[in-house]
Order: sequence, then C-alpha cells, then structure tokens
Amino acid sequence: MIHTTDERDIEVERRFVPKAKDINDEIAWAQINKDVLRSMERPRMMYWVIFLASLALFSFGVYCEVRQYQSGLGMADLENPQVWGLYIATFIFWIGMSHSGTLLSAILHIMHADWRKPIYRFAEAMTTFSLMTAGLFVLVHLGRVWQFYYVVAYPNERWTWPNFNSPLVWDATAIGTYLTSSIVFLYFGMIPDLAICRDNAKGFRRKFYWLLSLGWQGTDRQWANFRVTYLTVACFLIPLAVSVHSIVATDFAVSQQPGWHITSFPPYFVAGALYSGCAAIITLFIILRYVFRFEEYMTMPILDKTCRLTFAIAMVWTYLNLIEYASVWYGSDPYAKETLIFRATGTYAPYWWAMNFLGSVVPFALAFKSLRNHIPTMMVVSLLLNLGMWLERFMIVTPTFAHGYYPWTWTGNWWPSWIQWGIVAGSFGWFTMLFMLFCKIFPAVSMYEVKEMVYHRFMARKARAS
Amino acid sequence: MSKAHTLALYSDFEEAGRAIQELKSANLQGFKMDDVILKSPIEHPELSEMLGSRPVYVQFFTLAGAVLGSSIGFTLIASAQANFLVQIRGGRPIVPLPPDLVITYELFILIGVFMTVLGCFIGWKLPGNRSPIYNTSISEDKVGILVKAEAQTIPQINEIFNRHQPLEIIGEQGR
Repeated sequence: MIHTTDERDIEVERRFVPKAKDINDEIAWAQINKDVLRSMERPRMMYWVIFLASLALFSFGVYCEVRQYQSGLGMADLENPQVWGLYIATFIFWIGMSHSGTLLSAILHIMHADWRKPIYRFAEAMTTFSLMTAGLFVLVHLGRVWQFYYVVAYPNERWTWPNFNSPLVWDATAIGTYLTSSIVFLYFGMIPDLAICRDNAKGFRRKFYWLLSLGWQGTDRQWANFRVTYLTVACFLIPLAVSVHSIVATDFAVSQQPGWHITSFPPYFVAGALYSGCAAIITLFIILRYVFRFEEYMTMPILDKTCRLTFAIAMVWTYLNLIEYASVWYGSDPYAKETLIFRATGTYAPYWWAMNFLGSVVPFALAFKSLRNHIPTMMVVSLLLNLGMWLERFMIVTPTFAHGYYPWTWTGNWWPSWIQWGIVAGSFGWFTMLFMLFCKIFPAVSMYEVKEMVYHRFMARKARAS
Repeated sequence: MSKAHTLALYSDFEEAGRAIQELKSANLQGFKMDDVILKSPIEHPELSEMLGSRPVYVQFFTLAGAVLGSSIGFTLIASAQANFLVQIRGGRPIVPLPPDLVITYELFILIGVFMTVLGCFIGWKLPGNRSPIYNTSISEDKVGILVKAEAQTIPQINEIFNRHQPLEIIGEQGR
C-alpha cells in the first residue's frame, strides 16, 4: 500500500497501481518487440505439426463437400425431417465461438481490464476465423450453393422475393455485419504493431507491412484519433455481438417447433456463445503459449483470470439451461414437454446427459486454483467444455427434428453420415489452419498494449518508491 | 523563409516532457507549439496535453455514420418492400416496422463502424502528408520530438534539446 498525502501521488496510484502481477513488469520494451517478432519467424516444431494436421483435416472436409456437391444432400443423409443435421448445429457452434473475441477485446477494453492486453489479439482473430467458418456452413447446408443469394437482404427488383420478415435474412445481414466489423476491429487495433513489423522487416515482408501500417509513426495526433476510434468501434461491437447470436436464436425461437419456441432462447444462446468462446480461448492460450514461446506474456495469472471468467459464464449458462427446462416442464405445451422427455430418455439421451455433465459439472474444475494452475488439466477441461457446447447445439437441432408434432415423421434413430462428420472435421481443420497462419504472419500478442502494461507498472513502482 | 525539421530522440517520457516544457516557455521566433509532434511507442496523454489542444473529430463521423446507417438501412428495406406490390400481403402491412428494425439496426452499426474508421483516417490525414523525419527506434522504445520551424531557429531548438540529454538529434533541411 502507498500512504501519501500528496494529491499527485494519489492520482498516480489510482491510475497506475495494478491489482495483480499479470506479467513481468521489468521486461524491456525492446525485448517485447524481439520476442513477438521472433515468434513470427521461428515457432516451435509443434507449429508445423498442428498446421499440417489441420491442413489434412481441411482437405478431407473439402473432399467430403465435393462428394456432397456432386451427388446431392442425400450423400449426407439429409432428408425430411432431418434437413439440417450437423451443419446447422456446427454453424451455431462456430458463431458462438466468435463471441469471446468481442468479450475479451471490447468489453474488457471498456472496463479497463489490463490483463486482457497480451491475449486479446488472438481472441479477436478467433472471432474473425470462427465467423468465416460459420459462414461456410450456411453454404454447405444449402446443397445448392449457388442459390445462396436468396438469404441476403437486397432490393427485389429481380422478383426473387427475399423475405425481409424472415430471421434467416436477418441472420445473413447480422453475420455479414459482424464479420466485416470484426475484421475492421482486428485490423485497426493491429496498425501500431504492423508499423513495428514494418520497421523490422526486410524485402517483400517490409513492403507488405508498410502497406498495411498506413504510414503509422506513433504521432500524438495518430494516437489520439486511434484511441477514440478503437473505443468507439468496441462500443459498436458489443451490442452487435449480442444481436448476432440473439438473431441466430430467433431462427429457432420464432418457429413453431416444439423445444424451440422458447422466450429465453436469445439470452441462452448468447451465454452459450460466450461460454464456448472462453473455453476455446483457454485451449488456444495454452497452444500459443507453448508453440510461440509466449510464457512471458501468456502467464499463469492471466490464464487464472480467464478460467475464472469462464467459470462465471458457465454458471450463467447452467442457470439459463435450467430455466429453459423449468419453463418447458411447468409450461402448458405438452409437445414441448414431450420433446424434453425424449431428449432425456430417448435415443439421444446419452448425448443430452453428456452435454449437461460437460457443460454444468465439469466447469467446477475451474473453481479450484490448483487445477486452474495446472496446464494439462486446463487443456483437457477446455476441450471437454467445448465438446459439451457442441453437444448442446447438436441437442437443439437433431432431437427436435427427430421428434416433432407428427409421429409419422419421427426419426428417433437418425445418425449423420460420414460425409457430415467429414465436413464438420474439415471445418475444425479450416479454422485451425487459418488461425495458425494468422499467428505466423501477424503479431499474436499486442506489442504496444503490453508496453503500456509494463509502463503503468513502472509508474506504480516509481510511485511506491517516492 | 524556409522551414526545417529536427527530431530529438529520448529514452524516456520524462526527459521528453521537460524538453517540451522548455520549448514552450522559450518563446522562440519562427516557431510555434502547433508545429511540435510527439512520436512514441505508446500513447502518453499527459505529454500530448503539454503540446496544447489538438481536438479529435472522430465522434462527429460516428454520429453521421449512425444516422446515415439507420436511414439507409430502413430506406433500402422499406423501398424494396413498397416496390414489390405483387407480393400478396394478406392484410398485413406492406412495410412492417418490427422486422425491418433488425436490418436497420445492423446497418446502423455497420455504417457507424465504417464512418468512425473513415473519420480516423481523415484525422491521420491519409493517404498523404507523412511527417518527414522518422526513426525506427520510435516503434521500439524511444520517444521522439519532431519540430518544424524557421531554418535559423533550428540551432536554438537543438540547443534546448541538448540540455535534456537526447540520444540523438536528426535534422532535415529545406521543407
């Protein structure tokens, strides 16, 4: 504690004394540049193992998609009433994954949570690539890919009759807006770091970074405009992220299908999105920390905070999940209740119970500090949480179609074909491949923000000394 | 009179701050504080304040973008609906407000974001108007003070810089 009576010192304390030691505050600014730039040139061998494995997975996904494209959706066992299968379940999963980037970057930025600084960049990249992956599933599930433009809101002089009242059209608009804004946010926040890359690169790479850094020289005018713009875009992104997943939820909630027509779906979807995104951040945190030797920046106290945040969101999701069950159970819709009973006791019951266990019980591991500080355990837990969240989406889509209003449409033993599994696996390969490429070409840790962190800690030390 | 530039590099913000204070109080002929530019690896609002008021106009672009976005969004959707009367509405409104608000909201955000970033680029005076002297160590860990002044005032300015132990002073003539 600092005990001073001088007003200036109190001001310094208020502004610069951080709450916990998230990173080594004696690290030199030049060292930060050196470490991050080195990570882009010489990652560990594991980088190439992950990259090639994801490339192989992606190639298999492309093969499956080509087969489905040539032979029709029947190849994927998609037929009435199971018209969406794994594709839309995985689409929701990837959309959900994208929300954590906004949470970590925009919400924590507005709240001045300093600990986000070393990890928000990759979370933003995760947002962008998750959205790109989710967008692919919209195309894949259509079968007739070339008819994609029917879901886009555009003037209907061609009499193609886009239905502006449909949540599917809203969805396309919302996801398009979110993807565009996320790319802008990611790129804009990276400009000072791109200038660092420009100043240290040679040959073609120098030209590439020179072009992208837009003549950044770190002038007072550039910083002032930059800060206001970054904050404003962050403020835009938060309601946008909420609107995107709310609209995805309305795809289901405004329908008459039993099990979907639930008022709490939008907040339930948003909580689930943040939850799966945070779990994915833990997974990628651990991978990047090892692969790019970021032990100095992606530290255990930051992992600890991310885990605590994930635990809090897991509890919100659990609560909303229980609310959904309770409102169906005590509601007056016998069909919705029948669907709920089918989920818990029918063909898909093992997956329903697994979802509840993985989504609501496993996160309690995050409540123990000794487990939060054990990296292999956290890796396994984060993967299990994401498996639970993927199962949640699977349980929303498949059992509802399998057990609708008409008994003659019931398909209780429906199971996706290997083509669907292949395309889903390929999407994980596509995401990982893009993400790893990004981290190789662009700085995965925000150098200027880490410098700010170190500087504020330096000022705090100085205040203590005085 | 020809103008010249000089850039002093400092290892920390405090020395740079003292140099700026002295420049400010020196009242040199052929030089004004508006022509001083601070270059730093991180933002330093306190030091920027010493340079005087330098307003940011980004928020006006944001406001314009928000208004424009919502207007364009609603107009596009409503005009498309009103333009297509062949569609049988069954007594429902041709331009239904609640569903149209969703797309209006999304375009409000999209164009708001675009205009905000555009406002920033205009604030940076892109695409041209680079400040003339730059040193790559600024993006690493050094603080630079760039001054534009009458050529005959530059030696006095450099003298002030020298009193605060700069790492280096870089000059450029003829601007």
